[in-house]
Amino acid sequence: MKIPLSWIREFTPVPADIDLLSLEAAFVNVGFEVETIDVMGSDVQGPLVVGRVLSVEEIKDHKKPIRYVGLDCGEGHTRFVICGASNFKVADLVVVALPGAVLPGDFAISARETYGKLSDGMICSAKELRISEDHSGIIVLPAESAEPGANATQLLEIHDVVIDLAILADRGYALSIRGIARELAASLNLSYQDPVHLIDSKKFDINTRGVQVEISDSTCASVIYLRTLEEFNSSATSPIWMIRRIEKCGMRAISLAVDVTNYVMLELGQPLHAFDRDSIVGTVKIRRAGTDSSITTLDGQERKLHPDDVLVVDDKTALALAGTMGGENSEVRESTVSLAIEAARFDPISIAKNSRRHKLSSEASRRFERSVDPSLAEFASARAADLLIQFGGARHVGSAISGEPRYAPIVEMDPNFVSELLGTVVGLELVEEKLLIIGCDIEKVSPTVWKIDPPSWRSDLSGPPDFVEEVARLIGYQAIPSHLPTGKSGATLSLKQARKRALAIMMANSGYTEVLSSPFVSQEMLDILGLETDRARSFRLANPMSESFPLLRSDLLPGLLTTLSRNIARGFKDLALFEIGSVFRAIEAPVVADEISTSTKPTPAQLAKIYSGVPSQPVHLAALMVGNTELSGWWGSGRKCDWSDAVSMAVRIIEETGNQVQVVSQTTMPWHSGRSAAILINGTPVAYAGELHPGVLAKLNLPERACGLVVDLNLIPHHEVTKAKPVWTMPVARQDISFIVDARISAQEVEAALRSGAGDLLESISLFDRYDQMADGQVSLAYTMTFRAPDRTLTSEEVSEFRTQAGAQVVERFGATIRG
Amino acid sequence: MSLNTQAILDAVQAALLAIETAADLEALKQVRIDHIGDRSDLARANQSLGKLEPAQRSEFGKLIGTERNRVTSAFAARELILMAERDQRILEEERVDVTLPGRRSLQGGLHPLTLLTNEICDLFLGLGYSVAEGPEMESEWLNFDALNMPADHPARTMQDTFFVEPLAAKLVMRTHTSPVQVRTMLEQEPPIYIICPGRTYRADELDATHTPVFGQVEGLVIDKGITMADLKGTLDHFAREMFGEDVKTRLRPSFFPFTEPSAEVDFFFQGRWIEWGGCGMVNQKVLIACGIDPHEYSGFAFGMGLERTLMVRHGIADMHDIVEGDIRFTQNYGTGLI
Repeated sequence: MKIPLSWIREFTPVPADIDLLSLEAAFVNVGFEVETIDVMGSDVQGPLVVGRVLSVEEIKDHKKPIRYVGLDCGEGHTRFVICGASNFKVADLVVVALPGAVLPGDFAISARETYGKLSDGMICSAKELRISEDHSGIIVLPAESAEPGANATQLLEIHDVVIDLAILADRGYALSIRGIARELAASLNLSYQDPVHLIDSKKFDINTRGVQVEISDSTCASVIYLRTLEEFNSSATSPIWMIRRIEKCGMRAISLAVDVTNYVMLELGQPLHAFDRDSIVGTVKIRRAGTDSSITTLDGQERKLHPDDVLVVDDKTALALAGTMGGENSEVRESTVSLAIEAARFDPISIAKNSRRHKLSSEASRRFERSVDPSLAEFASARAADLLIQFGGARHVGSAISGEPRYAPIVEMDPNFVSELLGTVVGLELVEEKLLIIGCDIEKVSPTVWKIDPPSWRSDLSGPPDFVEEVARLIGYQAIPSHLPTGKSGATLSLKQARKRALAIMMANSGYTEVLSSPFVSQEMLDILGLETDRARSFRLANPMSESFPLLRSDLLPGLLTTLSRNIARGFKDLALFEIGSVFRAIEAPVVADEISTSTKPTPAQLAKIYSGVPSQPVHLAALMVGNTELSGWWGSGRKCDWSDAVSMAVRIIEETGNQVQVVSQTTMPWHSGRSAAILINGTPVAYAGELHPGVLAKLNLPERACGLVVDLNLIPHHEVTKAKPVWTMPVARQDISFIVDARISAQEVEAALRSGAGDLLESISLFDRYDQMADGQVSLAYTMTFRAPDRTLTSEEVSEFRTQAGAQVVERFGATIRG
Repeated sequence: MSLNTQAILDAVQAALLAIETAADLEALKQVRIDHIGDRSDLARANQSLGKLEPAQRSEFGKLIGTERNRVTSAFAARELILMAERDQRILEEERVDVTLPGRRSLQGGLHPLTLLTNEICDLFLGLGYSVAEGPEMESEWLNFDALNMPADHPARTMQDTFFVEPLAAKLVMRTHTSPVQVRTMLEQEPPIYIICPGRTYRADELDATHTPVFGQVEGLVIDKGITMADLKGTLDHFAREMFGEDVKTRLRPSFFPFTEPSAEVDFFFQGRWIEWGGCGMVNQKVLIACGIDPHEYSGFAFGMGLERTLMVRHGIADMHDIVEGDIRFTQNYGTGLI
């Protein structure tokens, strides 16, 4: 909210010499963020006076209208200036910058020849003086508002400091001069005059002579005042000071009736609405829309109503979308001579919903949403009536009221709680002083029981911690000491967390670069990847950032592939990327959530339902690689990555966790069905790895032979304690064996057969040669087996027998032919 | 065979000459065969000692022994020289330019957000906190209601929060990691000391300082007698660990539904105050909703953006770098080895 310091000074004596840094600190210390401080008028210097238009000579034959204007500037002679505006007439009062004046933008005014005349000054627009954005014409002052020659700099209150403050959601009262002045006074330890105490509301009789009012639905509002005024002079204009204050607060002056309601709202924080009294039929009522279908608001828009919308209505029709915007039918017009001024305390949540449903955030709705002081309806409406009587010649006919203000309840607290929660001793006198400053009433029942009645404008003060915050911010958060507590000894990462961290380091050390890709996915991408079953069951966002990416990733590959493409587009050829993250799969049927109170802990059954309604979101590790995995260089050519790099990486990941794997070929998308594997633990697939489907790569415009792997980390069991393996130190014996076997027999099966035949003293086995260019679908394999005994040197006869037994197994199981 | 002194001395001279003139280890090997080996003159003379009269045997034995030692010493000395010469030659011949770019496989790296998260977790593990994590798609009750953000709260609009279909299931992409705090309070008895890092979601367009998907780290402490001074001390410690010993912090009064009193924490870094995050004493309504007695326990919570922390600490100018996955960005940070 923008606040002119001059207005604040009306209610608290802010020192004239306060510097801007101290001013900013004063606000920040009590919890108000300062967006900007504008020293207005610092760029306006020299003589700026009021002039009366004596004569107007139109100078023709130019592209735009040009006037040669004679002015009485109180100098005893006529001053002539050239003016390009035409929104004024003889006898109007205007603002004249005399030669020697300097206007914003370093614009020096001097007497000069133009359009064949001597122009001895300049008639100013509001924008030229930087007092508003209005440049539609020059400023025409209200008639009789000043004498020619009067100091216009003072008249227009050009010199001022305007502070723009961010107002927090719980401080609705601070959307007013009244509230901000109180805060600044408290922060600077100054006296404070509550503007409400200057208002006499009792002089306006409550009677039945004016328009009557009724709150028909008490959930919409607690109290409403409606004051009826007649004999309003519709041609009366707002006083300059009122216009200037409204402008400094960032609003526009419109007409006296509207300006008064805005002025009082800015000053006190109570939004008001002025109705054309003659448009009202019968009684004004506050109720929900129900079956009413629409209202045309004063911005000319016809708005379809929601049954819960709160309306101000009369006996016939809707008059306003309550607290949000008035209706066109009851708007104050140029011909309006009777007014009904409404001041209500609407329900904050209802107004917030009004505003949100109709996408209408107004100065009024912003204040109602944040809760308005319930006592203000009476005083703000009286203040508005005062101003309309004073400046518009109106006469009060009668006021009507419905409902009564509802205030926040009294809070009982131990005042020592302030010290307990802040961790520093705050004397009870200080606690009392600060609570009184913010407007609380305190009844000290005993040294440890205070009954605190929060002020009418602080409906947010509902429990002891709220009062602790009030005391803390007024003594300053810097008064709180710094103490470092420590938690429970023996804190460690969980197994899951430790695994995730170790895996990431292992991937990075294996040449993979970690990326964190977007979890938002397009349907098109899922279609290209050809994902099926669980992998394709993605959740849809109701309000995605982009309609093209409405889905949440059900697999890490879509995001990783996009990131891969981006890196390729940036000129990289040899890439290995990985990501660890959650995926979202809509596998379980959605659970309709219950309304669950927060006034106590949910029951175990309620909790179970909350938890079960949240889908499980397994953590996956995925990687992609393309190009060389061993780089080429001056030493020679590199080595391209292939399916086996991917499969062995996936196997390594799982084996490092202490689990045994089984590798089987697989055919699901988006993999190359002949060059990809599923990796199983105890028969359950936990990972997929290999080359990506060539069609998928082509559609994504990715290089051929790109490979990848996806591991579901949640499916890999944890083995906390690794069992020791004996380290035998007797001499090793090696045996090679080679044979020819049907190529469809997997390497894993062959190895298993050899192992089963070789016996317990087999230490390791490795395939050192594989030749698949043979006829009849045969393949030639050659293995080295190493044997070791725990207690003796193996004889050549023994190991030769082991070899024979191993060979016998591949012959028996697969019909292999032993070659040597 | 008869022995004669002159012949022995001649053989010694021949041997010494051959040793002296052997050009390399290969030649020296032949010298050993010719002059020291079993078939050499000296060896044979030695072998024939047994056939001599005892008196002669002693005389010649002495002579041959002395002379053979002379030869073998000379041999050993020469061998050492030639070995050194050979080594020197090999070292010269095999010289390479060791400044050639090293042979390597692909370079990997950890994302700096991962490194930062690990660092923060370790820092708080050291203070006795556990690391708590939870789902990114979360129930509205845990993300909002339990945190004193009832159904009508402004943050629960579609401008701020991603809602998941079907809406009746009341699932959102968590807007903060606070539901992890709620889950912990619901499941564990105090004392609770946890740090909650994780991915969070808000409906902000990606620009230089915002991203709809971002990292957050929150801390929660619930214990007997926890005060705002404890909060301040924890934040001071955290800030010093992140930004250096000289960093200053300040708390500014603020408002959050889930804390009371509430504050913004700023830190003074490289000449300016920077907004870091929100914090405060856990609102008693939150404690009640989680089944913790506010008369027995109090607590504090704080939360800050990981990206913002990273950007300020490492001088990253643009959020795009963090989210785009360009390998150059990530590889700059290595694998966290220090």
